[in-house]
Order: sequence, then C-alpha cells, then structure tokens
Amino acid sequence: MSWPNISELVAKFNNGEISAEENVLKALELIEKNNKYNAIISINTDAAIAKAREIDQRRKSGENIGRLAGVPYIAKDNFLTKELKTTAASNMLKDYQANYQSTAIKLLEEQGAIMVAKANLDAFAHGTSTENSDFFTTANPIDMEYVAGGSSGGSAAAVALDMAPFALGSDTGGSIRLPASFCGIVGFKPTYGTVSRSGVVAMASSLDVVGVLTKNVSDAAIVQEVMTAVDPLDSTTFELEDKNFSELDNQDKKYRFGLIKEHIEGEIDPNIKAGILNMVEKLKSEGHQVEEVSIPDLPLALAVYYIVCPAEVASNLSRYDGIRYGHSTDQSNDLEEYYLNSRSEGFGAEAKRRIMIGTHVLSSGYFDAYYNKAQTVRTSLINQFNDAFTNVDFLIGPTSPSTAFKVGEKSKDPLAMYLMDIMTVATNLVGIPAISIPAGESNGLPYGLQIMANLRHDHDLFKVSKILEDIK
Amino acid sequence: MNEYKLTIGIETHVQLKTKTKLFSGSDNDDRDTLPNTKVNHIDFGMPGALPVLNKKAVDLAMRAAFALNTKPQKYSKFDRKHYFYPDLPMGYQISQFDEPIILGGFVDIYVNNEKKKIGITRAHLEADAGKSVHPENSDYSLVDLNRSGTPLLEIVSEPDMHSSAEARAYAKEIYLLMKFAGVSNANLFYGNMRFDVNVSVSKDDVLGTRAEIKNLNSFRSVEKAVEYEYKRQVELLESGEKIIQETRGWDDSKNITYSMRSKENADDYRYMPEPDVPPIELTDEQISETEKSMPILPFTLRDKLLEKNIDPAIIDVLLESDAEYSLENTKSIINENDARQIANLIVNIEVPLRAKDTEVKISNEDRINAYKNVMLLLDSNKLSSSNAKILIEEILLSDNVADVEKLAEQKGLLQTVNTDDIMKFIAQVVSENPAAVEDIKAGQEKAIGYLVGQVMKLSQGKTNPEVAKQLISDHLKTL
Repeated sequence: MSWPNISELVAKFNNGEISAEENVLKALELIEKNNKYNAIISINTDAAIAKAREIDQRRKSGENIGRLAGVPYIAKDNFLTKELKTTAASNMLKDYQANYQSTAIKLLEEQGAIMVAKANLDAFAHGTSTENSDFFTTANPIDMEYVAGGSSGGSAAAVALDMAPFALGSDTGGSIRLPASFCGIVGFKPTYGTVSRSGVVAMASSLDVVGVLTKNVSDAAIVQEVMTAVDPLDSTTFELEDKNFSELDNQDKKYRFGLIKEHIEGEIDPNIKAGILNMVEKLKSEGHQVEEVSIPDLPLALAVYYIVCPAEVASNLSRYDGIRYGHSTDQSNDLEEYYLNSRSEGFGAEAKRRIMIGTHVLSSGYFDAYYNKAQTVRTSLINQFNDAFTNVDFLIGPTSPSTAFKVGEKSKDPLAMYLMDIMTVATNLVGIPAISIPAGESNGLPYGLQIMANLRHDHDLFKVSKILEDIK
Repeated sequence: MNEYKLTIGIETHVQLKTKTKLFSGSDNDDRDTLPNTKVNHIDFGMPGALPVLNKKAVDLAMRAAFALNTKPQKYSKFDRKHYFYPDLPMGYQISQFDEPIILGGFVDIYVNNEKKKIGITRAHLEADAGKSVHPENSDYSLVDLNRSGTPLLEIVSEPDMHSSAEARAYAKEIYLLMKFAGVSNANLFYGNMRFDVNVSVSKDDVLGTRAEIKNLNSFRSVEKAVEYEYKRQVELLESGEKIIQETRGWDDSKNITYSMRSKENADDYRYMPEPDVPPIELTDEQISETEKSMPILPFTLRDKLLEKNIDPAIIDVLLESDAEYSLENTKSIINENDARQIANLIVNIEVPLRAKDTEVKISNEDRINAYKNVMLLLDSNKLSSSNAKILIEEILLSDNVADVEKLAEQKGLLQTVNTDDIMKFIAQVVSENPAAVEDIKAGQEKAIGYLVGQVMKLSQGKTNPEVAKQLISDHLKTL
C-alpha cells in the first residue's frame, strides 16, 4: 500500500492510469487503518473527495492540473485551513475555525494537491515528542511504545505510515527534522524566509520555517519547490534565485563536507556515531572530501535558543486572551481574572513554562542579561557558520543524539526534553537550510543524518541529499 | 506662588494620511462607520496573521522629519510593546522603541510676537489600538477595532515650554506643520491629533515630579489643562504635599484634570524587536527625493510675511485658514507688494465669511487674481475701502470673475471721482451744516470728518473720501 514517488504518481494521474479520487480514498483508508497511532487530529473526508472528483473532471476535460495533481497530503494542525479547524493541538484553539488560509496550503492546492487530514503536534509546536499535545500523544510507527518525535510528530508518523505521500511541518528548533529522524523518513527545513509563514500559527517568528516530511528526497524537493515563493503577506520572504529543487541531476560533482566536531563528539548513542562515521567513509570512497569542522559556540546554541524562542513565544501567545476567539473562561469577576482564567485554562504546562521564561527574559532589568546577550551569541553563531561554509560546502552530523525515547520517559523532565533539540536548534538561529535523511537503525529504531548548507543553498542541499540517500 | 517655574513637554499623536492601515490593507478612514467593519485578519490579531508595513506611512514620516527641521533616520526598526487590553488584539503594540525614524529637530513657535525654539526629542511610527466603550450602568464593555492599526506618528518634544500659551502655540504649530506637509488630515474633531501633556513645577532648576495629562484633543484643552495643572501642583506643594507621578485625564466640561492611574509602579512593556517586520532602511536618494518634494512650510511663510511687515496675529489667522480651507492664501500672496493689504482683506472679510459656512465657489486662482485687481482699484482711488469689502464678498460668492472692475461697476461700488459732482455735494453739505463749519474754522479739524461723511452719504458711497476731504478743506478756505 505504499506510494510511488510523487513525480510518478502525478504522471500516472496525468495519463489517466490513476484518479485523484482513488488516491484520496487510499489515503483515507490508511488514515482509518492506522487510527491507533494518534497521528491525526481531523480528517477532511468529504471536502477531499469532492475536490478529487472535481480535479478528475477537470483533467478529463483536458486541463493541466498542476505539479501536484491529485496528490493527497496531510497538514500539521498549525496551518490555517478553511476546510478544517486549526487547533495547534491546543485546548486554547480546539474549536478555532480560521477565516483565511495559509499561503503554503494555497500554493499546494493551486498545484492540485488535496489535503486529506490534519496532523497532531505538541500544542503550539512546543515540544519534541507530541506529548505536549493537549489531545493525545502520537505513537512511533516502528514501535508504539516510543514517541514519534515532535513537534511535527503527527506529520512524521502519518508519512511513515503511508497515510499520504507528504505532510507539512513547521520547524522552529528541529520540529521537522527530529520526528523525521525518529520515524525513519526525510524532513526538510528551508532557508528562513523562502516560504511564507502567513497563516501558520506562530511559535517563534524569527526561527519558524515551513517545510515538508516525505519518504524520499525527490518528493521533498518537489513539494518544497511549490511552496517557495515571495509572499506579500510575509515581509520576511525574499526571492530565492535558485529554486528548481526538483532538478536533481548532475550528480557527478564532488563536494567538501564538514563533520561537525561538537555534534559527533558530544553525548551520543554509540551506534549512531558509528553509523554516521560509516557514512563519512562511504562519502570519501565516492571521491568526496570530508574533514572535521568545529563551530566553537555551538555548545551555546541550545541556551541561546531557550532565551530567544520563549521570548518570541510569550509575545506571540499574548493574542490568545479569550476576547475575540479561542478558549474563554466562564469564571471571572473582572478583566484581570478573565485573562488569568482564560489563559490558565487554555494553555498547557509547556506553553505556560515558555510564557514564564519569555516574560522573564524580556522584563526590564533582565533584558540585557538574557535577551541581548543571547542575540550577541546568535550573531557570533551566524558568523561562525558562515566561516565554516567558506571551507566546506556542507556540514553533516547526526540529527539527534539518540533514537526515539519511550512515551512518558522524559515527560516529567523538560530539560531532558529540550536536550533532544541540541543538534537542530543552531540552524534555526542561523537561518540556514538543513535536512534529516534516514541513516540507519540503533536497537531497531531509526535515526537520521543531518546535512546543513549555507543560506540560500537549498537546491544544493537537495542535490547532495539525493547523493547521500543513494549512497546509503 | 509666582516663583514656581512651569515646565511642559508634549507628546503628539498624529494620524497619518494613508489610505490603508500601518500594517494591513484595511481602509484607514473609519469616520462615521459601523464598529468593526474596517478590520481584516491582521487588525483582528488572528493566529498566523503577519503585519506588512505600509510604504506610504514611511513616506509621510519622512515628510514629517523635514517639517520638524530635521532628516529621517536612514535606519530605524520596529519593536513590540506588550500589555493586555481588550482593544489591543495582539497583546502588543507595534511601535519603535530605541531606533525611531526621527531623532532630533525643532519647532519655532511665536508667543507675544517673540520667536522661540522648541526642541523635538524624537518621533516614531506606531499602530494605534482599537477603541473600548464602557456603557454606563452595564456589566459589559464593547470593543471597536476600526481604529486598530491606524498609523500614528508620535512626536515627542523636549520639556522646553514654560507657559500655557507656549504649550498652545506648540500644539497649533505641530498642527500647521503636519497639515502643510501633507502628513495628516489633522482633523481635531475626528481625533486625528491627540496631545499628551507632561506638566511639572519647580522652584529651582531641578525638574519637579510630572503629571501626564492624556488624550487632549484641542488647542484650548492643552492650554486650559496646563493652567489647571500648574495651579493644582503649586497649591499641593504650598500646602506641604508631594506631587505623585501619575497619568491624569481632562474633563472638558469642568475644565479640570483628574487622576487616572498612578505611575509609581512603572509599567513594564517588555519591549522586544519585532521579528515580523524588517527594519526600515532608507537610501540617500529616497531622503533627498522627499526633501525636494516638500511644499513651502508655515515657518518659511511666516518669515516672508513678517518681512512684509504684516502683523503676526494676522499671519496666524492666514496660516490657520490655509490649513483649514486648503486655500494656500499665504503662499499666493507672499511675493505681492500689497501683501499686507491683501492679508488684511482676507483676514477681515474672507475668513469670517467662511466661518459662517458660506459656500465659496470661485477657484483659488481666480480668487487670488481678484484680490490683486481689487488692490489695483483701491490704489487708483476707484474703490473705497468699505466698498472693497462688499466687492470681495461678491467675488467670493460668484462662480468666476473675469473682470473685477466691471463687476464693481455693475454693483455700483465704484467711486465717483468727478470733481464737479463732488463740489455740488460739498456746497449742499456746507449750507446744511453751519455749526460744523464754524467748528472747523475754530480749529476743530475733527469736524471735517463729519462733513466728509455727509458727502459720502449724499453720493451713496461713491465719493473717494480722501478727495472729498481735500476739496472740503480747500472750499472752506475760500469762504
């Protein structure tokens, strides 16, 4: 029941071998069949079927539907959609129906993609396991006792379980790459500003990017290419010169790789380390250069992240006040109590934790000590990464220090949870693109190889990811 | 009590004249509209909604910089100012904290015919909040977000003012500057300008504790609030009490300020750089293009009119009427030789006429030409000054005036300069007023005015009074 490559699927649709309706029905069947994994929050049955029939009709009348014609997909439930509620897996927004659509969804649908469901996440994308979802925890498709990773855990599990050929994710500190690594699939995080954030429930605005989770690199490239566009609704978007991501030919080129010293030498599952080093040897035997590269401030990245991110989170979550939409309390005697109770009831523990941290680091008297200092280190990280990319084309290392952990194993220990992001957060602080591709297994659970490229080199990153995918 | 020195600084919120809001495409004109009808997902603070900076607002802020005698900053950025209130949809206001678009500058004001420089600390762009309404005797409040996101320029003055008259003059001058520079409609009735006035008193050079009187919306209320605050603070200090730093409101019907909230626990707005809006980076070219496009501004006009010996009070009325009716009177007359007389005519006849809501149809160009022609008639003694006023009213109420002299003639306003006719009137007046004639002969020169008046009356105003006076004087000498 697995899917062919997206290009193949679209070709089959275009020559009438397969209909959009068949694709959608297959996706809906797999969603239903894998219900027990808790990957999905809402299913778009009627609208998806109706849209598929309409697309089939248009194709029959000779119309060219687009690059994703009839391809079903699943959106993380922090993308605003007109057809389904957008909950961000939170009690705050559990009944929220958006009145406008995210730009990424709009671009996909313009090319004929069909949203079949919306996937679970950590509430407001805060977490690494979906255990912070206010609704339920998504199970790992390989072993249900384990987490699927987060925050895009529902999206990752859905793709791993073949519910659709691709799923949308958002990545603020590793939220696409970590669950991709845990579920044994591909997860791509683009250069900041290449895909519009308009209509995506904001987590941390200077870190958030929109990316994709797929079974293979070429599928990720096609979907990402469709979403990459300047959007007048997001002033941080810019025109990427080279965005023909789906052109993955010309694979004879030999590259210079930097193995990130701080990541391979840190606390890490020995099987993962061995697997990564094994891939390094394969790269060398294929004629590529690999050298160890140090980013001296990399060990500070997580600390910087947990200042910048909560500051922006606290700010972005202040709009959820129960006044205009979202959860509002029944119990209040005055305005202050109304705010307190609406927010106390609507936000889960992790959102509250981040609001507290963020509010603290932005308070007068602490701003310089925390926020400003963190921004200083952030700038230094940007410079160090830029230096590194003058010597190598790509940086590589593991996506996470371990494979998936057991459900409940870390949920009482926020710091242990935060440490899962130790290898992914730096790219968000710096803005560079990164991808996680399956690299092997440790004790039966998958892990990923993370590849990073310099700013705007998203196309090169796809090309080299294809090489590494084939080597493996 | 006179030894207390009054110190005033003013923050002016100027609504910018843009079609759309500062960060969204919603209509910026919310006059006379139903609540919450000029609102889109950005103004409403929906999840995932991102602010997009309105370029026009930046252009207008650049113009404001030149109006304030400075240049816009090449680099400025936006910050989030956090607080919770139901009319603030996102839980933060997007403003400019440490790097505003305008730093420095000054405004010249005139009080008692003396020029004084008031420093400008800074001016920054920010999005306005919505409006909260608290109906009386109800247990609910209502929120209207039509104003949410309206672009404001907040202009902060130095504490350079020391009297209520200076405060008023400053507020008025900012109004004129923003209006002339095309930055704002500056309609005070619709709240296009709001003043927050900081007032303190002190016996020495150390500034006293200040009170901030918020949301004043007229020049009069600025003046009256300062006067009231001065009295209140001095009385408190005289009775041995302390001034507390606080925000006060203004009751326009009672002419008093009242306490709104104490500022002893300073609000913590947790300013943070706005990650969704890239910084404003202006090029030298943009800045110089804006400078070139600036119109002539009130301070320049005022200087030129002063050179023409026009009374400062007349200049004030002229500039204000320009701002109010967009007539550009002042600009049209600054280079005229007769500027002084034209200014007087405009201020004495046209301004009161317009204040009566009389509909003026004539085009601006025709109007100014007409003034020049009226001046020619006056200079050549063809028109009396009292008939000039009537003529101007006629001109203002007509659609167009091709020939002013012809119009004056049609309306019977031209002076009869025929000396023979005047002499007949004089003969009649002299014979009818022997007493006045005696007075004049006895040296009471004033009485000649009476006789001139009688001649004017007989001629139905068509005699030139100067000519009549001379002729009477000559005639009496022959008697």
